[in-house]
Amino acid sequence: MEVYIKGIGNISPQNTADSSIFLDEVVGHDTDFISCIEPNYKEFVNPIQLRRMSKLIKMGISASKICLSDAGIENPGAIITGTGLGLVGDTEKFLNQVIDNNEEFLAPTAFIQSTHNTISGQVAIALKCFNYNNTYSHRGFSFESALLDGMLLIKDKDAENVLVGGFDEITKEHHSIIRKTRWVKNETIKSLELLNHKTQGTIVGESVAFFSLTGKKDENTYAKIKDIKTIYKPENKKEIEAKIDQFLTENALTKEDIDLVVLGLNGNVDTDDVYYHLADNYFNTNYAYFKHLSGDYHTVGSFALWFAANTIKHQKVPEVARFRKENFTEKPIKNVLVYNHFREVDHSIFLLTQ
Amino acid sequence: MSQRIFITGIGIISGIGNNVDETLQSIKLKKSGVTDIKYLETIHKGTIPVSEVKLSEDELIELAGLDKNEPFTRSTLIGIIAADEAVKSAKIDDMKEYKTGLISGTTVGGMDKSELFYRDLLETNNHIEYIETHDCGDSTERIADYIGVKDFVSTTSTACSSAANSMILGARMIKNGLLDRVVAGGIESLTKYHMNGFNTLMILDKEPCKPFDENRQGLNLGEGAAFLVLESEELVKKTGKKVLAELKGYGNSCEAFHQTASTPEGKGAYMAMKEALERSGLKPEQIDYVNAHGTGTDNNDLSEGRAIDKLFDNNPPKVSSTKAYTGHTTSAAGGVEAVLSVLAIQHNMIFPNLNFKDQMKELSFKPVTELLKNVKVDHVLSNSFGFGGNNSALIFSRY
Repeated sequence: MEVYIKGIGNISPQNTADSSIFLDEVVGHDTDFISCIEPNYKEFVNPIQLRRMSKLIKMGISASKICLSDAGIENPGAIITGTGLGLVGDTEKFLNQVIDNNEEFLAPTAFIQSTHNTISGQVAIALKCFNYNNTYSHRGFSFESALLDGMLLIKDKDAENVLVGGFDEITKEHHSIIRKTRWVKNETIKSLELLNHKTQGTIVGESVAFFSLTGKKDENTYAKIKDIKTIYKPENKKEIEAKIDQFLTENALTKEDIDLVVLGLNGNVDTDDVYYHLADNYFNTNYAYFKHLSGDYHTVGSFALWFAANTIKHQKVPEVARFRKENFTEKPIKNVLVYNHFREVDHSIFLLTQ
Repeated sequence: MSQRIFITGIGIISGIGNNVDETLQSIKLKKSGVTDIKYLETIHKGTIPVSEVKLSEDELIELAGLDKNEPFTRSTLIGIIAADEAVKSAKIDDMKEYKTGLISGTTVGGMDKSELFYRDLLETNNHIEYIETHDCGDSTERIADYIGVKDFVSTTSTACSSAANSMILGARMIKNGLLDRVVAGGIESLTKYHMNGFNTLMILDKEPCKPFDENRQGLNLGEGAAFLVLESEELVKKTGKKVLAELKGYGNSCEAFHQTASTPEGKGAYMAMKEALERSGLKPEQIDYVNAHGTGTDNNDLSEGRAIDKLFDNNPPKVSSTKAYTGHTTSAAGGVEAVLSVLAIQHNMIFPNLNFKDQMKELSFKPVTELLKNVKVDHVLSNSFGFGGNNSALIFSRY
């Protein structure tokens, strides 16, 4: 199922919209939740259309255009997106109208824009792309399902190249609700110090990231995605280890071949245990983490994929993202494994190679 | 590698019945599920008719044998009931015996509870157990846990073509050997949120809907859940299990025209149907029945009707929409109509398009208006089109 990453467009809480740089400058966030650094949308969308679009649609169209221009592709063979919560801002807007106005005097715009497939549909309209189009919304498997779908399309020769994206947004209103769960930190922290806060919950973030994937390697490819796997509700750490073993064996690798393991550590004292376990007892290599840069959300796997692909392309692990720094050794980065879990329910593994 | 995909189980709950037998009975009796609103709390009670599942949530919990103290949304409850029926119908006793996935489609997700408790969630600590039932994945995971699926779970969300896209991914994963069998379909409960959304678009008929009628006034919303068990050819050969039908073709395309409308000529609908036909290896004249998307809106029936005329060169086979029975069950529609397509093949029947009177002047055909019994139904084309231009088509064949 191998595919090559030919282009990336990532709008996130870091300066990622410029595909040529890789965390050269790091942005710390000291707010309740982490928001994206928005690009100058006028470069990507005409101003008249821009006025009608909500933030996430603007980010979606822009990220898709950055990605395709990075890949040098005009019209993709398929558009597939994943999102955990869809267009939260539009959903809140329409829901509040329905409740406040007791179901009367409603305007349709927010409703129209609130279905989860709005981004894949709007990107298709912007590109006039009539090909395969799909959207997944399944918690920690939202982006992973989209990626799997795209890889299958290439493998089955249903498409030569595919545009696969993950998106989620966080709003003040939604944050005020999910802060009531045990998954979100109550205290406001400095994002870059995420792992120092050994408390319950994480810090919530957002991003929109698109990837142009092809079946053919050329000089511009970032990396090869060799395989991906999702694991639903593993019983314990033993099962996770066994699944990673099996996954590596299926790909003719051993854990000694992995040059970098990218871990989804999110600072939640209740659920980070497995990452520490894998780093200290299972693998013996270099490690990186990234959620202090992005925050955590359903489609954070797309940020992780951006990160992993860039470590291979730039042959470096930025200092700020190194985990277990004291044991970090400089070496070529050929095989990268990403392991992330969403609330210990939806676990995913990506394997990338040079 | 290129495995055939067999359907070995079906399960359904909608406004016309709580299981497959009741559904078939209602179809035969021409009994529509569209009535005045009873269960949804809304100001539109008595003015906008819908097709509700005819059970309260307490009754659904009892039917599924679930714990009343757990936070279940209405979507999840009907999803569990339909998925469980599909699994039992496929005679699966041990879910762990073969690699099995669950792929469900939903767009509204847990909105029925979110809209009920939204002020509480914002302002108080009451009902906060429903914070985590809001997203689309919650229902899928609860259904997976109920039927014991562990190897793969995912949720499609392409509005009214969600369930069809679940089946397409399921079929492709089986063909690639990633899974041996997949429980695939979709769920949707009625909510004030999407009922009012559709109402602002002015596409809801205040009377029972009349798909493909010259004087159609819009759609009736419905709720329901439907799942099919897809199994690989290899597994069916090994177990000797009874096959209900074959999923022979599928097509997915995007119209890239407008977020909530399709082109008058039905470009996207045509592309999806054509792809499904090509994949199936069938010729247009081999299709015996088109179970149309046929929502009853001006826009859909015109574009879909024209696309059907184009595909079949103005000489289409029998066509009907069953939406006047079940209402438009949105994300579940592709699953509901897949189950009905399988029933059409199993029972050699073609279902009537209720409430039809006058032929559309733009089209060459009238839909079927009577129940046709003892007719040849070997190949059925089933359409599902959604907001965002997400068009999908499936072909079910006799095995």
